[in-house]
Amino acid sequence: MESSSRRRFLTMAGVAVLGIGAKPVLDVLAAGQGEVAGSFKLKKGDGALNAKQWAMVIDTRKVEKASDLEPMISACHKIHNVPQMENKNHEIKWIWEEEYHYAFPTATSRYMNEHAEHIPFLVLCNHCENPPCVRACPTKATFKRESDGIVMMDFHRCIGCRFCMAACPYGARSFNFRDPRPFIKETNKEFPTRMKGVVEKCNYCAERIAVGKLPACVEASNGILTFGDLFDPNSAVRELLKSNFTIRRKQSLGTEPSVYYIV
Amino acid sequence: MSDKKIFLMKDKNIFLIKDKKYIIAGLVFFIALFTFPFWYNSGKAAPGPELKLTDKAKEAKECVMPTAYMRAEHMQLLDIWRQSVVRNSDNIYVNPSGKAFTMSLSNTCLDCHSNKAEFCDKCHDYASVRPYCFDCHIDKPKEIK
Repeated sequence: MESSSRRRFLTMAGVAVLGIGAKPVLDVLAAGQGEVAGSFKLKKGDGALNAKQWAMVIDTRKVEKASDLEPMISACHKIHNVPQMENKNHEIKWIWEEEYHYAFPTATSRYMNEHAEHIPFLVLCNHCENPPCVRACPTKATFKRESDGIVMMDFHRCIGCRFCMAACPYGARSFNFRDPRPFIKETNKEFPTRMKGVVEKCNYCAERIAVGKLPACVEASNGILTFGDLFDPNSAVRELLKSNFTIRRKQSLGTEPSVYYIV
Repeated sequence: MSDKKIFLMKDKNIFLIKDKKYIIAGLVFFIALFTFPFWYNSGKAAPGPELKLTDKAKEAKECVMPTAYMRAEHMQLLDIWRQSVVRNSDNIYVNPSGKAFTMSLSNTCLDCHSNKAEFCDKCHDYASVRPYCFDCHIDKPKEIK
């Protein structure tokens, strides 16, 4: 039949055009995968410090007044480009001081020893073994790092929902309500700043540990802070924990903080 | 012929006779308008950007990977770097030729490519992409003296 053969011709021509057109597309798709995989290696730096769960012991017996803690706070805030906001509601803090009653509301009594009553306590992210902020994060921007137990943040991924802030029982997280850059007095150009709309907190100086340095606050602490591996029975922190009575913040919540206080 | 076919033919005739000129004119006008940007700008494509390398970058000859790869896939590379450093705490990158680099946009990439305006921005502007890297990463980690 004449009409059906014309129809057949057109169909075949269409299929042929499709086939010719599909080839370059398939080539591109095939080339896009596996081009570099396996050709490079990723590894730890030779000098990097290693631990299963980093932990900190704060010897509050050595603290008398706020000026004892000040160098640690400023060391941290300086190297991490933490802005100094004028408005208290916009405040960003990684490490700060707190009264005993606020730091340890579940471990207070009516009549307390005067030293504990009057000295400032250094508080920071507890890098919990069971971190509630990680469970709250919908994008996995904050996560418990398998390799060393640090509760890390991937700022690229943070959408600023602030669920983590609501979940953290220690108030360790701050939100950038404004672009923080104009409020950074001295910029450390080797560490990124943050942008408006992300949450931030202490990172246990992950960037320093990776190059074999102790956290900045520990370095500036004059022996008040000790840093080490909680899961290594011979580490400096475990030695201190063995020989001293320590408390942790809001222990009853079951978050297992990794910051211990000798009182 | 069935009734349906007659009806269709009738319909077709009405269409052809009455509205042909309007429809053809409308189509021509529409096609002209639609393709206007293409023929108006034909042969006037902006030339590709010319990048300036810093002395340090010239001296190094090759980036962490071959130039063609870097040009096309530096964003994928940075993504691998970010993932590795932040999530796995591995911060050393050993390229296929065995050279090791610290994985850091701020301290490795921008150390050599310290001329963001003449390097990064040139291509990004040309390709009309607006990466937000520099909202956080500071573009000049070490001042050029």
